[in-house]
Amino acid sequence: MSEPLRLAVAGGSLFGETLDLLDRIGVDTKALRSDSRALMFPGDEVTVVTMRPSDVPTYVEAGAVDLGITGKDVLMEQHERVVYELLDLGYGGCRMVVATRAGNRVADDLERRLGAIRIATKYPRVAARYFEQSGRQAEVIEVKGSVELAPLSGLADGIVDLTATGRTLEENDLEVREVIAECTARLVANRVAHKMRHEAIDQIVERIGNGAR
Amino acid sequence: MVSGLPDSPQMNYPIPTGTRDILPDEMRELRQLSSALLETFMRFGYGEVSTPTMEYEDVLVRGDERAAGASYRLFDEHGQVLALRSDMTIPIARLAATRFADAEPPLRFCYLSHAYRAVRPQRGQQREFLQAGIELIGADAPAGTVDVLEVLMAALDAGGLPRARVGLGDAGMFTGLLRAMGIAPEDGRAVLEALARHDLVELEQRVAELDIAPERRETLIALTQLRGGPDVIERAIEIGGDDVRAAISRLAEVADRLSDRGIAERVIFDLGLVRDLGYYTGAIFEVYDPALGHVIGGGGRYDGLLARFGHGFPACGFALYVERMHVAQAEEDRIRAEGGR
Repeated sequence: MSEPLRLAVAGGSLFGETLDLLDRIGVDTKALRSDSRALMFPGDEVTVVTMRPSDVPTYVEAGAVDLGITGKDVLMEQHERVVYELLDLGYGGCRMVVATRAGNRVADDLERRLGAIRIATKYPRVAARYFEQSGRQAEVIEVKGSVELAPLSGLADGIVDLTATGRTLEENDLEVREVIAECTARLVANRVAHKMRHEAIDQIVERIGNGAR
Repeated sequence: MVSGLPDSPQMNYPIPTGTRDILPDEMRELRQLSSALLETFMRFGYGEVSTPTMEYEDVLVRGDERAAGASYRLFDEHGQVLALRSDMTIPIARLAATRFADAEPPLRFCYLSHAYRAVRPQRGQQREFLQAGIELIGADAPAGTVDVLEVLMAALDAGGLPRARVGLGDAGMFTGLLRAMGIAPEDGRAVLEALARHDLVELEQRVAELDIAPERRETLIALTQLRGGPDVIERAIEIGGDDVRAAISRLAEVADRLSDRGIAERVIFDLGLVRDLGYYTGAIFEVYDPALGHVIGGGGRYDGLLARFGHGFPACGFALYVERMHVAQAEEDRIRAEGGR
């Protein structure tokens, strides 16, 4: 069993730092950094597979890849998937927040009068769970594009979204009210691979852990 | 020909998601696999039993507070709540306690039965699935556990999965370890929950909150990741010393006997293994095949379950998911044909 481990790497905002991490542990990322349209990048030790961040748990759970790197936000949204969360890689730091229009308390007032707050989000399950756990009623509206538009246009009173610097929120006149969680990049593993290939996985997890420090 | 979704007969006469029609080619192979498994069980002296597909919910709840995850309930004509069984362990515990109350142990039962569980959408999960398994009732650990594991290995061979492995852990090890370290149950619960979710990042945070020496914190975290051959038992004791020695003694006894019988190399000793069914008390198993990302079976000891039905026998068993074994067979064939993954 010396075939390479398969590692799913999330594209998007984590991609650059993930490649830097792979460089540090000695995985060749030249092809990954090229303009190639390929999706799988075979190596002796690790075969890297690139995909959307939200697909990483799907592939890892099914065992189509052995390991994956994606954001904690994705894992929170898909928390029912059975994947082993092995490492906090430390980079890609963001906060999952509740934000509403800056400066006024209209949202509070509406929540009081209507008994529920309307929340637009790309993370409907995180939002629903958070409001439920904090004993409040929310009408969660799933949107796919720019969430900031929802409160501006009156679709929703507030949003649940990921923010790194807070600049997009600020530019759209939104203000953070509550922090739901701190999110960073995480290394996850398939349950069966974690047992069947424990030596190879422990070895690479240790190297990734050292490389992430 | 115009393809039109609204008019297609498939759309007019659907079957529930998570259920399947099985056609002759597949059925022939499934039948072959099922027969091979049953023959193996019988060769080891296990007698086949069948129980009702539906039971009184009260009775299932007697065995496990969550009725072992039963998902489908209906009312009978008297207003009684019936539940479709979600596994065979509780029904067989009930059967043993009621039909064999005066029998001389050990009792050996096997089954090939459908069970029912809820599915999450678009996950390829089955509401109705076929299980083949055994229950050994009235045989103590560690000998009884090893007997069951021996049958399990033989069943995997009979099922044409020579690369399959059995993960072996102990349901009580971590609870025992936390107790040995003097941690209050309410503080330990958060640790156990993180372990059950396999969230090592959260586990480290929870362990960091415990009021114990740093070495003990490291022991707790290191043990959850310890898995491999029988040597992990020694490595665990090296890491954790006396704290671990007592908690791991049951697993060590099983390991010794598996080595004696020459079947230890198919076992992955896994100190971080947890299973979510409430009735397990000692050894717990999971079954893996490298061709499949999902477990193909599981089981363990449930020494307290029969007592809940008024019959204090220790017991141990396993269930294999027959359809998943069939998928693993097909994948193994494909891998062989392609000469590697």
